Amino acid sequence: RGCSWAAGWRRAWHRAPGVTGRRQRAAACNTKGEAVPAGKSGLAPWLPVVGLEIHAQISSNSKLFSGSQVQFAAPPNSLVSFFDASLPGTLPVLNRRCVEAAVMTGLALNCSINKKSLFDRKHYFYADLPAGYQITQQRVPIAVNGSLSYSLCIDNKRSQMVTKTVRIKQIQLEQDSGKSLHDDKRSQTLVDLNRAGVGLMEVVMEPDMCCGEEAAAAVRELQLILQTLGSSQAVMAEGQLRVDANVSVHHPGEPYGVRTEVKNINSLRFLAKAIDYEIQRQIEELESGGTILNETRAFDSRLGCTISMRDKEGKQDYRFMPEPNLPPLILYDAKSLPSNMNHQQVVNIDWIHQRLPDLPSVKRAKLVEQYAILPEHSFTLLNEDGLTEFFENVVKKTQMKPTKVIGWIIKDLLSYLKQHSIAVKESPVSSFLLADLLNLLEKREISSTAAKQVLAELWKGQGKTPLEIVQEKKLELIKDQKELEEICQTVIDGHENE
Amino acid sequence: QVSAALRAGRVSATELCQRCLSRIKSTGFLNAYISVAEQAALRQAEESEKRHSRGQPLGVLDGVPVAVKDNFNTAGIETTCASNMLKGYVSPYNATVVQKLLDQGAVLLGKTNLDEFAMGSGSTDGVFGPVRNPWSYSRQYKEKSTPNSHSEDKDSNWVITGGSSGGSAAAVSSLTCFAALGSDTGGSTRNPAAHCGVVGLKPTYGLISRHGLIPLVNSMDVPGILTRCVDDAAVVLGSLAGHDPRDSTTVQDNFKPFEVPDLADVSKFTIGIPKEYHAPGLSGETLALWAKAADLFKSAGAKVVEVSLPHTRYSIVCYHVLCTAEVASNMARFDGLEYGHRSDVEESTESMYAATRREGFNDVVRGRILSGNYFLLKQNYEKYFVKAQKVRRLIADDFVKVFGSGVDVLLTPTTLSDAAPYREFIRADNRTRSAQDDILTQAVNMAGLPAINVPTALSERGLPIGLQFIGRSFQERQLLTVAKWFEKQVQFPVIELEEVKQHDQGVFKHQKSAASS
Repeated sequence: RGCSWAAGWRRAWHRAPGVTGRRQRAAACNTKGEAVPAGKSGLAPWLPVVGLEIHAQISSNSKLFSGSQVQFAAPPNSLVSFFDASLPGTLPVLNRRCVEAAVMTGLALNCSINKKSLFDRKHYFYADLPAGYQITQQRVPIAVNGSLSYSLCIDNKRSQMVTKTVRIKQIQLEQDSGKSLHDDKRSQTLVDLNRAGVGLMEVVMEPDMCCGEEAAAAVRELQLILQTLGSSQAVMAEGQLRVDANVSVHHPGEPYGVRTEVKNINSLRFLAKAIDYEIQRQIEELESGGTILNETRAFDSRLGCTISMRDKEGKQDYRFMPEPNLPPLILYDAKSLPSNMNHQQVVNIDWIHQRLPDLPSVKRAKLVEQYAILPEHSFTLLNEDGLTEFFENVVKKTQMKPTKVIGWIIKDLLSYLKQHSIAVKESPVSSFLLADLLNLLEKREISSTAAKQVLAELWKGQGKTPLEIVQEKKLELIKDQKELEEICQTVIDGHENE
Repeated sequence: QVSAALRAGRVSATELCQRCLSRIKSTGFLNAYISVAEQAALRQAEESEKRHSRGQPLGVLDGVPVAVKDNFNTAGIETTCASNMLKGYVSPYNATVVQKLLDQGAVLLGKTNLDEFAMGSGSTDGVFGPVRNPWSYSRQYKEKSTPNSHSEDKDSNWVITGGSSGGSAAAVSSLTCFAALGSDTGGSTRNPAAHCGVVGLKPTYGLISRHGLIPLVNSMDVPGILTRCVDDAAVVLGSLAGHDPRDSTTVQDNFKPFEVPDLADVSKFTIGIPKEYHAPGLSGETLALWAKAADLFKSAGAKVVEVSLPHTRYSIVCYHVLCTAEVASNMARFDGLEYGHRSDVEESTESMYAATRREGFNDVVRGRILSGNYFLLKQNYEKYFVKAQKVRRLIADDFVKVFGSGVDVLLTPTTLSDAAPYREFIRADNRTRSAQDDILTQAVNMAGLPAINVPTALSERGLPIGLQFIGRSFQERQLLTVAKWFEKQVQFPVIELEEVKQHDQGVFKHQKSAASS
């Protein structure tokens, strides 16, 4: 059940004293969960409430109910089966891998897996929905009642982290829609059905969050979990992870306010911005005597604000109906699995559970325990794709203590990568090179200042080894006592006259 | 018999195919076929002939001409569902059942006419016009027709086939093919079978794949089998039944094709007579025939008991709710974007959708969509849909109880009376007609049970009346055994179609059965 390691680690329910909202974070909540102080008008404080609906594309070879391939950026309408195109007479056939992905994700999020779940049709007309309905799980989803722990830095120095938990209401399997591109100039809509029918896991997070930063941190952690499990590649830029935020504000002690849904967010940064903007917008609206409409708003990343999507007049009635072509989905565990059943035909929850990889929280705990690094360092290591591996490789090849190595990784290597916007795997400085350099430092053959100079030189990627650079630039530490005395004497002599 | 003839070389597959094709032409006034695939059929026949000459027929159906209702997908042959929405639609794939027939070497003559999207009980509401019951042109009917003031108008008192698989029933009945596929959602195979004097089998839900059958009500639809005799129905069933991975509602169990045993002794069977099937509107003739049949079983030593299926009278209303709800959902895909009719209206996607659907669907279809959407509205869902599902459970349980009490097979009428003349039938609207006509067949679809119409006798007007046998889930063998025994007892007459050439008549009369005897 998630991370059970606890030594020396502040747990979810303890909240450190927080700082009040800063200017940059428009309506920052503090980590104490305290209300945002009122605006100038001196009214009662506001409690923002944020829930999330996250759609993660399942990483699988074929779609949820048909055999056509799942692939990003393929030529338009090249990955469309008869079923995806809604040709009459075609029927859905459930993809086993998608079920396993959902079970894995449910287990990783501490959910109860429903041994019997159902499929439903959700009806609405849109050009990218060929059948006029989406197959989803509205009545009984595959997993319910889980939780996700995530951490936040309390201040900008990243020296203090606090852990929070958000409840997972449910995870449901459903179809993705196609894509429609509106060409206003020619008054036409172009429809690409490659994505229609791809499997999605919708993860619903309860409104336990209170600001953009918390939401972004929670989504980041979910992303890491999904990537670790392999159930979704969860790359937001490729549309594999889409987040809609439900935002409302209310005064402490009063019932929850009217909520709006914010859509069209395609990065973690924009997620935080959109939510914070919306919180602020709602507070301002309410403080000036207005009301909040229960509506859907789109985030405009250029303007940094949310805009009402007024064309959705009135509330949609999706006319949910059970999907008659799919029998209930039955999952088994070791206890309930009948002995004569063909294992190919069955999904065994226990079997999947036994094969779950270490989740990020466990990996971080192991790193802290194994290398005695700080918790916040373990977060940084896991946050960058490949950085943990890099770090461990360096540690293996150097005598320098990990607690010192980590500094070089995080302060020097990472900042360089960030400055030049390159990934760890594209680093011109390999773990071998860095390890060599640190060995020189550790053996006291160079000073740390010199080491930094060598590193700067290594970034140029000219293929020289650290030793070569040191020799070239004559950066060796002088160890000869006599030589040092001579130099000092020269310096003193040189300044005698001042 | 025709299969045996093919194998013995008494007739060649191509010759047989040509005869059927020409008969289709000469009976064109019946309007049973929407598309005739002449070239393809002849090619298939030639292939079959080659196989026969090598002594390697694929099976009993090799070279046997068949027809398929136009709501089954057939690659390369138009599939219209008798609707403007799919006029000109050529599917890229074969329905599983069509593929199975072709794999067995059957010769696909064409697609048969129906009520639009299988909604109706007369085969009168399709865009290609109504189907005429071949018996309208039989000597038997004409003899009994009372001469009246309209006697000059020979054409005016033709009778309907029943529906919605009227085209398939007429095709088999007029001897243009040896077997045809229909579909059955509320009686759509059994009803026209009764009116056209042919065997109509509705198999257990989940036995035969629906992949490629354009759905009306997914939870009740089954492919139906129309043949000249019970043995033939068993042969076709044997080639179609079994799990299809493409249809998740088919059962996984292995199906064993069977030959229907010749039952000498019915005394081991218990026949149930459900009293609720004595429905209002049941004609005196049909009632008398039903009673006569019960007596037949009794005197042959079978146990005949009256039983009760108390929730029968709710099945029509329940069906209305569930059927229209599924229709509203299933028809949502017809928007003109990917296939089918697309309106010229272009102002917006919505207006294009609306115009396409208004132009493409007839009133019956649109009416059901509107009703269905109403029942599925959030505020109505519990009251109507969920309630109907609960009532459905009760109806199904009625059958479980009765079969559990020792009854093997139920015996009921199939339709309220013999076929109505077209001009009378169309006086009432589709919904009213369906509600009346489905009463004896609908509950079976609710419960997913197998049922079969066996032509029993001619009415006073010289038209067929059939009786229905209802069996236990997946017990088609037992059901067909009883049906075959009954069929043998009643010796239903062969249709005597005067309008068709004499020698054709002879050939087809002798080859009544498709299967080898």
